[in-house]
Amino acid sequence: MMWLTLLMVLPLVGSVVVAGLPKANEKLTKQVALATTLVVLGTTIAMAVGFERDNVELQFVEKYAWIPSFGINYALGIDGLALVLILMSTILAPVVVLAGWNESHGGRWSVKTFYILILVLETMMIGVFAATDLFLFYVIFEAMLIPVYFLIGGYGTGERSAAAVKFLIYSLFGGLLMLASIIALYVMSGAQGGHTFDLAALSNLEMSSTTQNFLFLGFFIAFAIKAPLWPLHTWLPDAAQSATPGTSVLLLGVLDKVGTFGMIRYCLSLFPEASKTFTPAILVLAVISIIYGAILAIGQRDLMRLIAFTSISHFGFITMGIFAMTSQSQSGATLYMFNHGFSTAALFLVGGWMISRRGSSTIADFGGLQRVTPVMAWMFFLAGMSSLALPGLSSFVSEFLVLVGTFTRYPVHAIIATFGIVLAALYILIPVQKALHGPTTPGNENLNDLNLREKIAIAPVIAIIVVLGFYPSPLLNVINPAASHVIAQFGFSDPVPNLDSGDK
Amino acid sequence: MMTSNSLVYLIALPLAGSVILLLSGRRSDKWGHLLATALSASSFFVGLYQLSLMLDRSNEQRPISQKLFEWISVGTFKIDAGLLLDQLSICFVLLITGVGTLIHIYSISYMAHDPDRRRFFAFLNLFIASMLLLVLGDSYLNLYVGWEGVGLASYLLIGFWNQKPAYATASKKAFVMNRIGDMGLSFAIMIAFATMGTVSFTGVKAAAEHTSTAALTGIGIMLLVAATGKSAQFPLQAWLGDAMAGPTPVSALIHAATMVTAGVYLITRSNFIFDAAPTAQLLVVIVGAITLMFGALIGTAKDDIKKALAASTMSQIGYMILGAGLGPVGYAFAIMHLLTHGFFKAGMFLGAGSVMHGMNDEVNMRKYGALRKFMPITFVTFGLGYLAILGVPPFAGFYSKDMIIETAFNAGGIKGIILGSVTLLGAGITAFYMTRVMVLTFAGTSRWDEEAHPHESPWLMWLPMAILALGSVTSGYLLSNGDALVNWLSPLFEDHGEHEELLSPMLVSAMALTMVAIGVAFALIKYLLNEVDTEAPSKVSIFTKIARQDLMQDRFNEAVFMRPSQALTEVLVKTDEAVIDGAVRGVGRAALGSGASLRRIQSGFVRSYAMLILIGAVALVAAIWVVTQ
Repeated sequence: MMWLTLLMVLPLVGSVVVAGLPKANEKLTKQVALATTLVVLGTTIAMAVGFERDNVELQFVEKYAWIPSFGINYALGIDGLALVLILMSTILAPVVVLAGWNESHGGRWSVKTFYILILVLETMMIGVFAATDLFLFYVIFEAMLIPVYFLIGGYGTGERSAAAVKFLIYSLFGGLLMLASIIALYVMSGAQGGHTFDLAALSNLEMSSTTQNFLFLGFFIAFAIKAPLWPLHTWLPDAAQSATPGTSVLLLGVLDKVGTFGMIRYCLSLFPEASKTFTPAILVLAVISIIYGAILAIGQRDLMRLIAFTSISHFGFITMGIFAMTSQSQSGATLYMFNHGFSTAALFLVGGWMISRRGSSTIADFGGLQRVTPVMAWMFFLAGMSSLALPGLSSFVSEFLVLVGTFTRYPVHAIIATFGIVLAALYILIPVQKALHGPTTPGNENLNDLNLREKIAIAPVIAIIVVLGFYPSPLLNVINPAASHVIAQFGFSDPVPNLDSGDK
Repeated sequence: MMTSNSLVYLIALPLAGSVILLLSGRRSDKWGHLLATALSASSFFVGLYQLSLMLDRSNEQRPISQKLFEWISVGTFKIDAGLLLDQLSICFVLLITGVGTLIHIYSISYMAHDPDRRRFFAFLNLFIASMLLLVLGDSYLNLYVGWEGVGLASYLLIGFWNQKPAYATASKKAFVMNRIGDMGLSFAIMIAFATMGTVSFTGVKAAAEHTSTAALTGIGIMLLVAATGKSAQFPLQAWLGDAMAGPTPVSALIHAATMVTAGVYLITRSNFIFDAAPTAQLLVVIVGAITLMFGALIGTAKDDIKKALAASTMSQIGYMILGAGLGPVGYAFAIMHLLTHGFFKAGMFLGAGSVMHGMNDEVNMRKYGALRKFMPITFVTFGLGYLAILGVPPFAGFYSKDMIIETAFNAGGIKGIILGSVTLLGAGITAFYMTRVMVLTFAGTSRWDEEAHPHESPWLMWLPMAILALGSVTSGYLLSNGDALVNWLSPLFEDHGEHEELLSPMLVSAMALTMVAIGVAFALIKYLLNEVDTEAPSKVSIFTKIARQDLMQDRFNEAVFMRPSQALTEVLVKTDEAVIDGAVRGVGRAALGSGASLRRIQSGFVRSYAMLILIGAVALVAAIWVVTQ
């Protein structure tokens, strides 16, 4: 059965249906969109049940010639890493639709257009993780920019056009570098046994180390812009500040993961030698991101910008985990991608509700919400606790795995990164205190607490955060084989504890 | 090791309470506090039952464990959600649930008029569950979950009235300072995993023999950092005084009897590390000695009854840490002092709450006086706790504190003399500041505001105080009679060889009592024979001024850490905007030729961007076509 194609087609079908609905019936539009995302989620779960978790080969493989004269195939297939990310994306999609029920009002275009964009984006989110043909991946990678661009520029707030342009130009720049590398790979493949874009075939190319280094950088810079790594991060806070909360969830929760996913899937497997060469530099950038993102988050006055900077810190952790190359750090990084999706979603969604009620995103404009809107305040607090990786919540497991795994090979990096957990306490508790505690400040007395729709939307996110904190095994069992496969391919093995009996 | 499948109930009962109370909302306002109290009590009875089973088994058979499920397993990093109940943890289980239940009962009345009483009880139950996980977890990582869990509960309870900005700040301060300590725990776990490949207590204990001293010292120092955060020890002590912002029962349970003793638990539990890492062990002793003096000195200058007691807590935990740092002989005495302190300090805090209850929430002792006539039960129960903390025989503190002083002297050499003198001096200062509290509150002349109508508290409040007072009287004797606690705990600690007895116990007791008598005498002369002002005198020595400001701890932290960090944050925020983003904008402008063309692109012709992407795709195909020709 063509599970992956089915997953990609379903949202498209939904978007066609939405397009055919009468423009006036906004409610029906939203209902169809929600139903579509739920069907996609159900299908993903049905597919995931059949996933053989100990099989490290790509599964649900599909391959059809697309443009045979160029050796371009429509080729899909997933391992544990991709499965987890697709699952995350398809869980977040209905949450975003339900949580942002009224986000599409007041946009440049109609409600209908908003949901068409969201559904098309969902197709691409699945495709980008499932593609195993470099050309297909590149097309989706670039095409994803279009719906996001319109979602930010058309439905956002404030300086939405400028933010959308910044996002687009940044991403295009990275994309072009990657394009150059892809073309080079393609050309070389022609010289070594036939033109192809097939990822597995390209992984076996022979090339000089200089070539490898250059091509690696083409990919890596594109990914480091996507999953913003210092100093390529400045588009993200602007985008998050201007985008609707739902768009931010998809942007930071899913799209940015394409960057970290790409580092594993493309950088490591296509350019193993160059990856090793650049690892020291990348680790430094990752550690800088962790600390820098956290400090910048502490200094923000705008709630959405603050959340964006926390993500820069978190992406630093993920990148560090990927390149530290131990089974704990690698599995931890993948789990971190999944968990970050939900803790950031919770922050953006609840933060978005707070902002739309108050009519301001400045943290100082809030105050005393715990006594006015207790449920909303509690949800924000829980989301914050997840973001600062409180033990017992999901992000703790992933963050600790990254740290402990990194420590076994790069103790200094891990030690510096660990200071991030103190900074995390500050960047969460400062807005918590300003917004939720203290006396109720003027303008906040009559805010409404969460309604039933909002509670239903946030409930699964919180449930995932709590349950995976205590019981991450179902995910780890899927992630571990894929992660150790990556490390083994890469020729690494975990450092062995250096017990020495002779020392004493 | 024997297994059991009922340990989890110890934690599950109070955890269920907090979940039910938080999720049911206002619906459980009527009965929530009763449910929470009942669940805490049931956990206590499960603990008693486990103790009775344990007593029936031989020494080696006493520890039992329970594996719940596999928590984290990646490569060789395998952590089970597992519990371990042994001779050490049962002491804590009974202390936590016993004192905890009494404080639940007390709070039913103390918090009766608070509209958020249900939430308060939910947090109390959450605390009990986390604290039990802390002492029952069978690995450092499981302990970590409880460790931060109690930090969370403490944060929520310190900030229970967080509508007051100062209280909200106090709770944040506690959390952040605790996180600095938690970082130490993270490091300890990382080093343990990297060098030993395991983080379970049994695993680390077995591997410690084959591990380099350097690694063990590293782990030990990091565990000490963790302990200083949670137990408010130097240099991470500054949050405890502010933590008194929480309702008084919280101060009694969390910030006196249980949570703040977690550091002592951690060090005692890790005895196999510290015994093999002399440098780390020495640091433990130094931290304990500094803190016991630090707290005692602050205690002499505080007029706020809760802050005086908080300073005393800091100082008494200093004794415990010092005891734990003295190695195999000291562990049991540290735990003994921890248990007796649990009784008398919790009792005194509840007494302070009772006084506040009768005095319109006044905390300034200069506005108390002569309350013994109006609150006889509070006076007697508080008084028994007072005698216990002073170490007057036969009250509880006499047994536990004297043992620590004695062990300190017996450390031998210059170390023994210094430590012994510090603990002796501390005992004298303790006598001074506690007598001061006693006299200012219960003796002398009344100095209250006119609207104060002091009265005894209802029985729901004084009953727990009375039970704790009973413990203040008897616990020391019961624990030390026939070396009961020492023998009970001895299978856990590896005690090599005999210990020299440099000073006889009688002599140590005599010296300690002399110091206590001097301290009491000073306090009586100053506060009973002389007039006490209702305002704190302003013409005081520089030492008093410094002590009133908590020995400048906040000023130091603000000047050295806080302000520079704030400045750095501001600079970085500006740099990010101006330099990093500025560079990007500059590159963009240069690439696009001129500012004018950039403005045109930004003007919102969205189709042109779609066009850009299309051009990109076409370029790709074209390029491929060209190169493949």
